[in-house]
Amino acid sequence: MQKSIRRYWPVFLLPTVLAFLIGFVIPFISGIALSFSEFTTITDASFVGLKNYLRLAGDSSFIHSLWFTALFTVVNVILINVFAYAVALLLTKGFRGTNIFRTVFFMPNLIGGIVLGYIWQLILNGILANFSRTLTYTAWYGFWGLTVLMCWQQIGYMMIIYIAGLQAIPTDLYEAAYMDGASASQVLFRITLPMSMPAITICTFLTLTNSFKLFDQNLALTAGQPSDMSELLALNIYNTFYGRTGWEGVGQAKAVIFFILVGALSVLQNVLTRRKEVQQ
Amino acid sequence: MKKVLASLLAAAMALPLAACASGSGTAATTAGSSAVTTTAAATEESVGTTAAAESETQATTTKASETAGGGSVYYLNFKPEQADQWVALAAKYTEETGVEVSVVTAASGTYESTLKAEMGKTEAPTLFQVNGPIGYASWKDYCYDLTGTTVANEVTSDSFLLKDGSKIGGVAYVIETYGLIYNKAILEQAGYTAEDITSFTELKAVADDLQARKDELGIEGAFTSAGMDSSSDWRFKTHLANIPIYYEYKADGITSTAAIKGTYLDNYKQIWDLYLTDSTTDPKLLSSKTGDDAAAEFATGAAVFYQNGTWAYDQIKDNDVADEDIGMLPIYIGVEGEENQGLCTGSENYWCVNAQASEADIQATLDFLTWCVTNETGKTGLKDMGFVCPFNGFTDEFLPDNPLIAEANAYVAAGKTPVDWCFTTMPSEEWKNGVGSALLEYAQGTGDWDAVKTAFVDGWATEYAAANQ
Repeated sequence: MQKSIRRYWPVFLLPTVLAFLIGFVIPFISGIALSFSEFTTITDASFVGLKNYLRLAGDSSFIHSLWFTALFTVVNVILINVFAYAVALLLTKGFRGTNIFRTVFFMPNLIGGIVLGYIWQLILNGILANFSRTLTYTAWYGFWGLTVLMCWQQIGYMMIIYIAGLQAIPTDLYEAAYMDGASASQVLFRITLPMSMPAITICTFLTLTNSFKLFDQNLALTAGQPSDMSELLALNIYNTFYGRTGWEGVGQAKAVIFFILVGALSVLQNVLTRRKEVQQ
Repeated sequence: MKKVLASLLAAAMALPLAACASGSGTAATTAGSSAVTTTAAATEESVGTTAAAESETQATTTKASETAGGGSVYYLNFKPEQADQWVALAAKYTEETGVEVSVVTAASGTYESTLKAEMGKTEAPTLFQVNGPIGYASWKDYCYDLTGTTVANEVTSDSFLLKDGSKIGGVAYVIETYGLIYNKAILEQAGYTAEDITSFTELKAVADDLQARKDELGIEGAFTSAGMDSSSDWRFKTHLANIPIYYEYKADGITSTAAIKGTYLDNYKQIWDLYLTDSTTDPKLLSSKTGDDAAAEFATGAAVFYQNGTWAYDQIKDNDVADEDIGMLPIYIGVEGEENQGLCTGSENYWCVNAQASEADIQATLDFLTWCVTNETGKTGLKDMGFVCPFNGFTDEFLPDNPLIAEANAYVAAGKTPVDWCFTTMPSEEWKNGVGSALLEYAQGTGDWDAVKTAFVDGWATEYAAANQ
């Protein structure tokens, strides 16, 4: 067995490596190259140096969507994780019907982003119509609409990860705490939370990158309206690339910066939360 | 399996190669110049076929397909409404001539992005379309010079050609008209006829009266909702904005400009205010109203006036409003002498042939176009799509059955001056979006009219500079 694996490893590895090359490495490299070019179609580009990055700096819509996305991410990471953790705590108490609740909470995650966006657009516009408002009245309606949507979609998924984390905590720790007469809040903050740090690392990572890279839901729910004010970064990049003639390279430059931002943020987050993890 | 793997590997190797080639400017230019030489050769050839075409059209189609030399046609269609009809017409052509024609239709509102993606492929579209001078500017390297081709020669007026110096970059293939579509029956029920409306003042008087008596007349408002969803906002940020631009160009004796002055912006405000106040819908809800909403309101008789064009007939026919009750009025905005104003007629659909396609494919595409505009089957096909085509061969029997088109022709016959489609000179999509957003904010009360002015005037200068730097 060992021997044949050593001999045939390329056969097993090659398809994945190829897919990774074609689907990721090559587009990534050509994407970076294109960010230094001017082009209409990506196969016919001419090198222009840093021009795209200079034009980008003067694009106020990019700056706006950058802080709008940052705010959105902060709000969503906090809300989703707090709620998901709370629900996970409740659903590990072992009362009747726990499994049904877990299934129901998880289900929104099975629906695609575009579909969710349109469904929530109908629901929210239907409610707002009573107050003579729509989701695209100002950017803040869109912002909170998106937040509601994201919470609804993501809490169930994060909950499952937290439940797995909570169930992995050895019960003897709780028994010892009970013996020592620890209060409920002491148990939560001294045992449960520190012991579930690995799950927290994963969940904050997922919510952070999901919120930062959000595209489908944004497109379907508000499409950036009004005046591109509810436009998150990914949609801003898309609109720059496809919506503005002569700005394709700038869109590409934005994408490169976007990649650096998401990469830096998630590395930072990983380092910070990893530090809190305890060895069992 | 091996073959699949090998081709994957080859593709993997070819991709970075292509990227390298595109990275260096020289490679691209050489490709460009070789395309130019083939262009010249192909033009001479097609001049030959044109001469023949004049003598006997029917024979040329078969002959042309022989000269096509195994080329094929790939049409990236803009109009989703006619997607199936184009495929059917292409099949007929293939049956008649044996030349392969594939038609792909971009989903509504995604033509530019689809075109961008498709043009980057090896099997790029050989036939595509641009929306006018602005669209042409971004695709001019891909636009084959149609000078001397049958399709360019057959056009009824030079104004339907997209010219760039001596080069013909595109040919308009459908002429459309827009204005205020109205419901004759309700108008008469209220005691008015179209003759009562020949200026903005009269339009406003009638609309205000209809709005005031809406319960008595059984309508929800005089105008359909001025929806600012992306499926509908072009009716105002592009089509309605065309009218003040048209009058400014006319007053200044120009056909395009680097800096708009906004001379008639007050008139723009007047008509926009009218659309908002005499409407079926609370202006605060406009941001989510779609094009379908407005069409439905008109088609079910809930509103009397509906700003849209001849293309809207497909959406409103076979509903509560009878065909003979559908009419179209000019959009009056309160400019001196507007009683002679006609409907807005023009085209933003120009056929372009991909100059970077192979010579055989270009020839096959030109032959296909020739067939479309000269052959009986081709012409009938275009007629069935509801197109008014500006080609010599399209005599009266090739006019589609559309009361709005008849109405448009009646205005021309009555000697009214058609309003040009000046919006093809708007500097960019970004400009339109800026104006649209400002219009919406003004409508909702979250912004003021000055923001519209800024977006209109300053936005024009900025976007024009950005597009022409």
